[in-house]
Amino acid sequence: MTGRFRGTARRASRRVIGAALLLVAVFAGVSWAQTPAANSAIVNIDNFAFTPAVLVVHLGTTVTWTNRDDIPHTVTEKKLTFRSKAIDSGEQFSRTFDLPGEIEYFCSLHPHMTGKIVVEP
Amino acid sequence: MSKHDSEREGVSRRHALECMIWAGTGMVWTMAGGIPRSTMIGEARAAEAASFSFLQLSDSHIGFDKPANPDPTATLKEAIAKAAALPVKPAFMIHTGDITHLSRDKEFDDVAQMLSTTGLHGFYVPGEHDVIDEGTGKAYLDRYGTKETKGAGWYSFDHGGVHFIGLVNVLNLKAGGLGFLGEEQLAWLAADVESRPASTPIVVFAHVPLWTVYPEWGWGTDDGAKALALLKRFGSVTVLNGHIHQIVQKVEGNMTFHTARSTAFPQPGPGAAASPGPMKVPAEDLRKMLGLTSVSFVRGDKPLAVVDQTLAG
Repeated sequence: MTGRFRGTARRASRRVIGAALLLVAVFAGVSWAQTPAANSAIVNIDNFAFTPAVLVVHLGTTVTWTNRDDIPHTVTEKKLTFRSKAIDSGEQFSRTFDLPGEIEYFCSLHPHMTGKIVVEP
Repeated sequence: MSKHDSEREGVSRRHALECMIWAGTGMVWTMAGGIPRSTMIGEARAAEAASFSFLQLSDSHIGFDKPANPDPTATLKEAIAKAAALPVKPAFMIHTGDITHLSRDKEFDDVAQMLSTTGLHGFYVPGEHDVIDEGTGKAYLDRYGTKETKGAGWYSFDHGGVHFIGLVNVLNLKAGGLGFLGEEQLAWLAADVESRPASTPIVVFAHVPLWTVYPEWGWGTDDGAKALALLKRFGSVTVLNGHIHQIVQKVEGNMTFHTARSTAFPQPGPGAAASPGPMKVPAEDLRKMLGLTSVSFVRGDKPLAVVDQTLAG
């Protein structure tokens, strides 16, 4: 093959490989979307409530709170060992839990909103 | 309202003030010789009879932009215009908090610029939306702390023989709790009122209601009763709050309680919705649910006259 054809062949084969990888990724992505990855979990903030109010996760899980209200909220640990910034509508706050135990938290703007993360080993 | 008859003598003060709950907008109630008289706000008779009056604004939430009111700046300006149209200029203005929505510098700046157009000196207390900066209240104190304010920003001042007390009940909140004053602030309050004669009219203002309006939604103050107990001996106590974005009033002995409308967005009545969040109403109804409050003091052993008006009309 001349250099030009060789280059074309290489580009073509790269495209085939690229397409194959894309297909693999698409199929993998579809299956990933149906179940969250084992080390992440979600808490929704909706109607001035944390849902689920009690979430059980394994060590090393990253919990993401999503605010679906039209008002900002915070995630503040009961003894103030951690607190999020103000989470405005549509915003998120994440935290990875590396120690087993029960973490009670509340919203520092609306303290009647409470929740708990139970971290199992 | 068959008992509502201003001609009848001997109407109790309590009943007259209960009538105020139904007075809606634009009606001024004043007391003279124990008999309530009503005048329309346009007549300005009450204002003339008053020794002084002041304005209460609340819950301006500058920075909010959701469907319940995408432009709280516009509605705050309308409230300021209504204030400018009052028949007698108020002596000063009190803002009962949630000045901003997210405690951002620009929000504080914008509100300060707008309120400066009233030409009125402002007295402020923070709402929970004013203390969500990184410094948890430092941004608020940087603006509104003075050499008189203590702690998170509580203070008192006197005007025309009335003693005004501004309290902060939106910090150090406990999980599952309501508003909170704390022992340091209560000790300050006790000392502040200790030597004052019981005939001194008191106006106490704070963001979250100091009395229990609806605990399921956090509408109350855990240790509010302790503050009210310190004020119980006074002959006239007016408690002004915000936070709930609607008017709720009650009279208990010598104490009159009043919560103000917001200038930004309404919230549902207690238990009337799934949560106390911003309540979207038809556009033509929004301004009927936002408003400002004038409070007039008539010298003598009389309660203060609290008058609400909406932004509509």
